[in-house]
Amino acid sequence: MYLSKEEERMLVGELGYAAQKAMEILVALGKIYDAEKLVPITSAHISGVSYANVGEDGLEFLEELASDGRVLVQTTLNPAGMDLDKWSLMGIDREFAENQLRVIDVYRRMGVKITCTCTPYLVGNEPRMGDHIAWSESSAVVYANSVIGAKTNRESGISALAAAITGRTPFYGLHLKENRQPTVEVRVPQPNGEFEFACLGMIVGRLVGDGIPLFRGILHAEPDELKALGAALASVGGVPMFHVDGITPEAGEYVDRSMERLTVTESDIKSVKEEYASEVDPDLIFLGCPHLSLMELKRIASFLAGKNVRKKLWLCCSKSVKLEADKLGITQVIEAAGGTVVCDTCPIVAPVKDLGVTAVATNSAKGAWYSRNLNNLCVRLLSTEECLREATK
Amino acid sequence: MSVILELRGRVIKGGRAEGEALVSSQPISFYGGVDPDTGIIKEKGHELEGKSIAGKVLVFPHGKGSTVGSYIIYRLKKKGVAPNAIINQRCEPIVAVGAIISDIPTVDCVDTSKFKSGDWIKIEGDKIIVERR
Repeated sequence: MYLSKEEERMLVGELGYAAQKAMEILVALGKIYDAEKLVPITSAHISGVSYANVGEDGLEFLEELASDGRVLVQTTLNPAGMDLDKWSLMGIDREFAENQLRVIDVYRRMGVKITCTCTPYLVGNEPRMGDHIAWSESSAVVYANSVIGAKTNRESGISALAAAITGRTPFYGLHLKENRQPTVEVRVPQPNGEFEFACLGMIVGRLVGDGIPLFRGILHAEPDELKALGAALASVGGVPMFHVDGITPEAGEYVDRSMERLTVTESDIKSVKEEYASEVDPDLIFLGCPHLSLMELKRIASFLAGKNVRKKLWLCCSKSVKLEADKLGITQVIEAAGGTVVCDTCPIVAPVKDLGVTAVATNSAKGAWYSRNLNNLCVRLLSTEECLREATK
Repeated sequence: MSVILELRGRVIKGGRAEGEALVSSQPISFYGGVDPDTGIIKEKGHELEGKSIAGKVLVFPHGKGSTVGSYIIYRLKKKGVAPNAIINQRCEPIVAVGAIISDIPTVDCVDTSKFKSGDWIKIEGDKIIVERR
């Protein structure tokens, strides 16, 4: 692999310990994937934040890197295992909280923005079309590639951090135009709202695995709907990117190609719900996987206005979206009804079992999938409105 | 009399190391598959189940499983029960990152079926020297 003079200097340790370790990681990945060189990046996003996943060993390694490592590009952070300020109200115990705050502190020392969200593109980490970036968090990766048109592989937390510290990433995979072409055409009926987009993502994710689908038949789609579609595609399958004919920025280049074709029907979309129809009444209802946008919070607030929430209802978003919601009086409406706006975390990475949760309901296909397969919870997958009705019933 | 075999591979993490070979024809998942405090393989039904990888030159086709596996390799190293070196057929990111952050010499692009448990293996950069008694 070709390395520039400066990259060589990093590799031999002339620019410090962290830069050397980071460069060694990138060079090894470059070899494994036959990259010819590294490319400069404009942005990074790092997963692997919850203390439950990082653990004491991960933390020790991060401490070593933070001895002299600083990120060279705008770098944001994925959700943590708790609300960084209101963890005690959430029921998180002090020991977990202290360890979680140590993880946050070590990232902060390296210059990472403590955004604690899976939606970096909603909090100011907004690459431009064509930018090379290094993002982990599968739902953010698929959004960046598909909706923004920036270029990133599905990085791990460590490889994204290595890229942030060196300002570079190996040039392979989704950084190359030829690997961004659709592999399968999927004909679909127009889905309605985030929930149906998420269900569509779950079906197609299963069918295409790590392929790149080109959707036809979607005439309109809001960014929030594409966020829900991508999150499901990326978690249930391993989809790094999708195209929507007439909507996403790179779709136009491929509409005349012939390729394998699949068809999804309305009844396929409806059937997803039946797979996640736990008999057990949910003790936690959550919306915001991926984290809610301001628009989504606003709609939830108008539903909840004047109603009484009778179950634990978590509305998960980034702190910066909540701050905007505070200013507009949206948070106050939600809290007056008895809902909780939860920041910095979500029920996938928070230790919800320790909080006594055994059954959940959500409108998120990704949230449903992980709640069942990672956290072993009983799950009901419902539309946004059904979730809110369940919470206020 | 010892037979000497010399092979060349591709360096994933450079360095010198030697040790007795522990060879698996199956992939290894460090997360969940190896006890991070003892270095003993604990994956049920794995051909190396119950064997310790501590101080060995661990030879296996490639890694598998969760990316948390990289941190498990790091923990093995800190506990003093990591392998001295790793040889893979085709290294993947979990093992590569784990080896780099833990300073474990690692070489890939080698036909791992050429090795037998009990061989004495020396690694120097991309060079692998095998002694078989």
